[in-house]
Amino acid sequence: MLDDKDRIFLNLYGFGDWRLRGAQARGAWDDTKALIDKGKDWIINEMKASGLRGRGGAGFPTGLKWSFMPKPDPARPSYLVVNADESEPGTCKDREIMRNDPHLLIEGSLLASFAMQAHACYIYIRGEYILEYERLIAAVEEAYEARLIGKDNIHGWPFDIVVHRGAGAYICGEETALLESLEGKKGMPRLKPPFPANMGLYGSPTTVNNVESIAVAPAILRRGAAWFASFGAQNNAGTKLFCVSGHVEKPCNVEEAMSIPFRELIDVHCGGIRGGWDNLLAVIPGGSSVPLVPAHEIIEAPMDFDSLRNLKSGLGTAAVIVMDKSTDVVRAITRISYFYKHESCGQCTPCREGTGWMWRVLTRMSEGRAQKREIDMLLEVTTEIEGHTICALGDAAAWPVQGLIRHFRHEIEKRIDQYAANPHSEPAAGFEMAAE
Amino acid sequence: MSVRRLAEVQPESFAFTPENEARCAKEIAKYPPGRQASAVLSLLWLAQRQNGRWLPKPAIEKVAAMLGMPPIRVLEIATFYTMFNLAPVGRYFVQFCGTTPCVLRGADAIKAVLERRIGPAGQVTADGLFSWIEVECLGACCNAPMVQINDDYYEDLTPENFDALLDKLAAGRPVKPGSQIGRRTSEPVGGLTSLTSLYGVDGRSGPQTYRGSPGYDPPSPEPVSDKD
Repeated sequence: MLDDKDRIFLNLYGFGDWRLRGAQARGAWDDTKALIDKGKDWIINEMKASGLRGRGGAGFPTGLKWSFMPKPDPARPSYLVVNADESEPGTCKDREIMRNDPHLLIEGSLLASFAMQAHACYIYIRGEYILEYERLIAAVEEAYEARLIGKDNIHGWPFDIVVHRGAGAYICGEETALLESLEGKKGMPRLKPPFPANMGLYGSPTTVNNVESIAVAPAILRRGAAWFASFGAQNNAGTKLFCVSGHVEKPCNVEEAMSIPFRELIDVHCGGIRGGWDNLLAVIPGGSSVPLVPAHEIIEAPMDFDSLRNLKSGLGTAAVIVMDKSTDVVRAITRISYFYKHESCGQCTPCREGTGWMWRVLTRMSEGRAQKREIDMLLEVTTEIEGHTICALGDAAAWPVQGLIRHFRHEIEKRIDQYAANPHSEPAAGFEMAAE
Repeated sequence: MSVRRLAEVQPESFAFTPENEARCAKEIAKYPPGRQASAVLSLLWLAQRQNGRWLPKPAIEKVAAMLGMPPIRVLEIATFYTMFNLAPVGRYFVQFCGTTPCVLRGADAIKAVLERRIGPAGQVTADGLFSWIEVECLGACCNAPMVQINDDYYEDLTPENFDALLDKLAAGRPVKPGSQIGRRTSEPVGGLTSLTSLYGVDGRSGPQTYRGSPGYDPPSPEPVSDKD
């Protein structure tokens, strides 16, 4: 188990003071100037050496991303945009950072912006997080008052932060949709290239990072890349916030070392699986977008990017959704399908039409009102959506369905047999939502 | 996608109060010159708040005029972003999270309470006090099941404590946002498993526990906020 002295999020649960004074007592803003004085190249190299991979789901190396920013050009100022539009089902970690330790994010934003020679940072927070928005605004004001940030601050790098509130759209967590939304448009993803590092916010070079990726940066720079890299398996460095929800005895957020075995994570922090380990059915290890993993494969698996990819799933945002044997797994995935139908922006036909189609077929299948040949048809349709859309929402909608069919085809077939033995004319449950 | 249309009955006009006019100006000033469209969500938020938590057509047109945007651009934003209510809502507007992590923890039973007490989704009760809709993941999955009522999250719900919560709201009595079973935030129930060297197992006895701070004390009971 990770030692408290190696934890970064020291006020994860809000038992301490979230304000500047409390954050400073925990080590934030401690001689930040010394880090800046070491120069931008040192910061970027240190971030690269730490092995930090983006915490927003894709796992792209953060230091490398920062190094893509072009040289500053007065006509096209560089921007840092922090993605605080946390809406991946199962994920609730950035919320705790923003309401309980907002200064970690603000200090990280300053360091990241300096490394990329940006003088302005926009933090895009989801509209529902109203308390978190107010806390963040209050913390930014504190930082301005203490001259930690601002045009003329004690760190010698002119720097402004704007907190921008969204209004309820999962798709705005996609980086280019987020930029569109920030510019005052519908959140519809842009074609890439050009990538945001060349043409981002207002047509200027922009880097978009997840809250957690930015909030861990000050600790990495202070304690050194080697310290951070000492946790987790090769290529999966660091500590990580895990959001464990579903059928465990004690659902919770917790910071742990990467590559912690699933069993240890659950036994140490979550009081075990509800009804014991024999009662585990399956786990969605990285938020609703990644395919589920059946019990026997996940129990001893290390929780990191590469191990879970080898199980044909992914670490994603480390939102661990646990399902025990009482779960109607077909219905659970059907509800996820409904989520993607609801959140598709409608721009690309395969996603706009496909998400609704998959949901309607799954709704029938969860009651057994289907033909067995439709299972393969559904699987084929998922592959027609996956990879055929501008952004990854199409992929994210397809993967959970593929995971369901890969591991629980027998369950769907059983229901089809049960219904065929006892057909009736009652309308399928859950279809009233189609009226929306 | 979801189909979202403007309400059939619309007010004649909409004007920001002088205080909100000043706030609008402050929001617009946050963005670089010529990029005032970036403030469109903020202005729509202010308009919705001022208008009893729903957004009428004249307000959409007003915001478009203030930002120099074609009205259709603002209309498409108002219909795209699902937190803009395009028809009147109850004084206590319940957003019920019905996504899988909440369903696994018993959201169906919470939905049944809403249907029994308030009626079908999207309908305001006769006394104007309540309405509810089902929304997608609200990002509080370690505290599932949960709902958002106006500005605040209510977490770790059971049919019993949720029923009691709605009773209190209906009677105008104070309620406590956050966990309804006494958790501070998303820590494990019954004692910390990490950070104990800072806060003790109970979260209240370690050296980093700081009682004097507004950030420490659990929010005192107050009615569901009608902030600004």
